[in-house]
Amino acid sequence: MHPAYSVILFTTTSGAGYGLLALLGLTAATEAALPRIGGLIALLLALGLITFGLLASTFHLGRPERAWRAFSQWRSSWLSREGVLAVATYVPALALGLLWLSGREGDWLLALVGVTAAVLSILTVMATGMIYASLKTIRQWHHPLVVPAYLSFALAGGGTLLLIFASFGGVAGLVHWILASAGLVLTLLLVLLYWRSIDRQPRDLDPAAATGLSNLGPVRQWEAAHTADNYVQREMGYQVARRHTGRLRRLTLLGMTISLLLVIASALLPGLVAGLAALLAALLLFAASLVQRWLFFAQAEHIVNLYYGAQRA
Amino acid sequence: MTSLPDTSRPGQKKLGLVIDLDTCVGCQACAVACKEWNDQGWSAPLSDIDPYGAQPLGVWLNRVHGYEAGEGANARTVHFPRSCLHCEDAACVTVCPTGASFKRAEDGIVLVDPDTCIGCKLCSWACPYGAREYDPDQGVMRKCTLCVDRIYNDNLAPEDRVPACVKACPTSARHYGDLGDPNSDVSKLVEERQGYDLLPELGYKPVNKYLPPRRRPVGEHLAAMDSVGEEGNSLTERFFRWADKALSR
Repeated sequence: MHPAYSVILFTTTSGAGYGLLALLGLTAATEAALPRIGGLIALLLALGLITFGLLASTFHLGRPERAWRAFSQWRSSWLSREGVLAVATYVPALALGLLWLSGREGDWLLALVGVTAAVLSILTVMATGMIYASLKTIRQWHHPLVVPAYLSFALAGGGTLLLIFASFGGVAGLVHWILASAGLVLTLLLVLLYWRSIDRQPRDLDPAAATGLSNLGPVRQWEAAHTADNYVQREMGYQVARRHTGRLRRLTLLGMTISLLLVIASALLPGLVAGLAALLAALLLFAASLVQRWLFFAQAEHIVNLYYGAQRA
Repeated sequence: MTSLPDTSRPGQKKLGLVIDLDTCVGCQACAVACKEWNDQGWSAPLSDIDPYGAQPLGVWLNRVHGYEAGEGANARTVHFPRSCLHCEDAACVTVCPTGASFKRAEDGIVLVDPDTCIGCKLCSWACPYGAREYDPDQGVMRKCTLCVDRIYNDNLAPEDRVPACVKACPTSARHYGDLGDPNSDVSKLVEERQGYDLLPELGYKPVNKYLPPRRRPVGEHLAAMDSVGEEGNSLTERFFRWADKALSR
């Protein structure tokens, strides 16, 4: 699949934003809550990342001015559900900000609004994952680990971002370190399992199966349907070279591992340095998630390529 | 609405095509006729980007591939037209976030409304058959309409109220009709020739059917040449047997 940069940017930034919002919501009425100003800036950052991501996602549309129509088909379409949930999440997020401003720390209403924001954030990220996981045409996407991986990336992103604010705010504690490192460990694990699994998946479809001509024997393309590549080939035919895949995977793992080490280090370092370590961890994770998301597209093999000369899918 | 209509009731109209891979000669007339009609009709325009340049990109709703099937003496070319199959369980419809992509309850035709499509391309990702092509100039998705603007068009003579590709085919390799009616000509043809679905294992239940190439006695003919004159005792056969032996020495 052709990697759409706007979609990669959208899923990574908004994923981290929803992760941060979810964790801010869950911790709002607890001991692990950020100090008032820090919490407000964190909330603004979460909403900023989400909004930036949502805007980026409209850039890949042919008709961005009609984007509002995408809220209508939530009964059948995961893309529509994602849109509805994404917008709905703004309501508890903004309410959380207002309550936070009014200084109702430890209040039951704050807890309720926070949990609502967290639940909607999680559902939005799940809907994003389901857009891909529901496509039977791409075996690397129609995979049970796709949604968990999207969720864990959001958790890791949110966890490292929360740690930055907690560290600079001088309130970093066990909860923050555990959230960030658990997110990173889970993501590393899921990504490794996912790659292992898609590499071992059977590729049992071939051109004979696609054309239904298997009873005649093996089927090969001898003449393309057209002389220049068409939309289907440009959009669905993109595939990354295998040696690049290996290199990019190692780069992703390296970024996430260093990020994890920095999170652990920040637990041992004094305030300001710990904050810088957490900042670096978040940036490295973001870079790694960009590479991973690019690979997610570039490794995806669409069945339609069987009609265009691919031997297996 | 991108929820699919219930097509399970008996007698449900399922308009579609039956494509005969035995008689298709790969002349591309159907593809050209499709482009010609739909570039002016309901689907217009079907944009061409950089048509005379180094990397032309054109929107076509029907493509004719060429495949080679089988090996050795039995190998044969199969011309393979490919367009929207108007699936009963059309994933391209259900993934659409706007309702622009829809399946008509009255006849099962799958269409894209160019006035509400946002060009997110998700429907093209959901289609395993490559039936949908994005129009970068108009920013919307295009697909086969089964010439909905011909088949119900009272301004056309009754014999012209068929899809442009069907009308254009010089070998009658394309048949149009109601595949929901077991007594229609197309249903009978599918029954008689063991018409099949493309990738039935994916579960999209295509309405369009393909008729397999007929078996040809190509291999048998060659086998007969190999064993020339091994039986029979006429003068000619004995002469060939003698010649075969003399030449084989």
